[in-house]
Amino acid sequence: MKTCKDVEIICTKVQYKEATFVEKIKIRVHVLFCKTCKTFSKKNTKLTTLCSEANLRTLPIEEKEKMKENLKLRA
Amino acid sequence: MNRQTGMTKQELNPDTWVDSYSDYLFNYAVSRVNDAETAKDLVQETFFAGLKSAKNFKGEAAERTWLISILKRKVIDHYRKINSKKAKSMIRITQNQYSETDSNFLEEQVADPMSILENSQIENEELGMAIQDCISKLPKKHALAFTLKTINGLSTEEVCKELEINPSNLWVIIHRARTVLMDCLNNNWFKI
Repeated sequence: MKTCKDVEIICTKVQYKEATFVEKIKIRVHVLFCKTCKTFSKKNTKLTTLCSEANLRTLPIEEKEKMKENLKLRA
Repeated sequence: MNRQTGMTKQELNPDTWVDSYSDYLFNYAVSRVNDAETAKDLVQETFFAGLKSAKNFKGEAAERTWLISILKRKVIDHYRKINSKKAKSMIRITQNQYSETDSNFLEEQVADPMSILENSQIENEELGMAIQDCISKLPKKHALAFTLKTINGLSTEEVCKELEINPSNLWVIIHRARTVLMDCLNNNWFKI
C-alpha cells in the first residue's frame, strides 16, 4: 500500500510542522477511511509529546569530538 | 547491532563510547547536578575512569550499565565535594527552622503539595532516560538524524547538509527512527 507509506511520512512531517497545505489535506482525507494510519498518527503525536515532556538534552557535537580526542590521548 | 544477551560475555569498545552513550550519560548527569558544564565534566570523567578500570570489567553487565554505575559514583563524589564546603551553614538553617515553628509542629508535617511537582519531575527524568535508551539502539545515522531534528531542533536543510542526504531521504530515515522508537517505548512501560 504505497499511499499508507506516503501518509505516514507526511504524518512525520506534521510532527515537525513541515507538511505543506496539500499534504495536510491529503492526510486528513486518508485518515477518514484508514484506521491504521489514524492510529499511527495518534502514536506519532504521542511520541512528540513524550519527547518534549522529557526535556531531553544533548551534548554539542564539538564537545563530543573533544571527548573523543581526550579519550584517544589516554587510551 | 550485535547486541549480546544471555550468558555471552560483554566486551568494551571505548572507541564507540562517545557516540553511543554520551547523550544518555549526559541526560542522567544533568538531571542530577542541574548544570550542563558540571554534567559534561562528569561524563568525561566517567569515560576516563571507564578506560582506566577497563581491565576490571568482568563482562557480566552491559557496557552502558557499567558506565552508568561509574557515573553514579561520580555524581555522589561531586555532591560530597560540594557538601563538605556547605555542610556547616546547612545544619544551622535546619535547626533554626524547627526551633521557630515548634508550636505548629504537627501542621508542619502535612504533605507538601509541591511534592507532586517533584514526582512529575522524577517521571520526566525516567522518561528521558527511556527515550535516550531507545535512541541509542537505533542505527547510528538514524539516531543522529532524529536527535538533530527533534532534540536540537535543526532545520531540514541543516540536517541534510550534516548527513549529506536529500530531504526525502531524511524524512524516510526520521520516519523509520520514529516507528522504532514508538515500539521501543511501548515495550518499556510508556504506553503510546
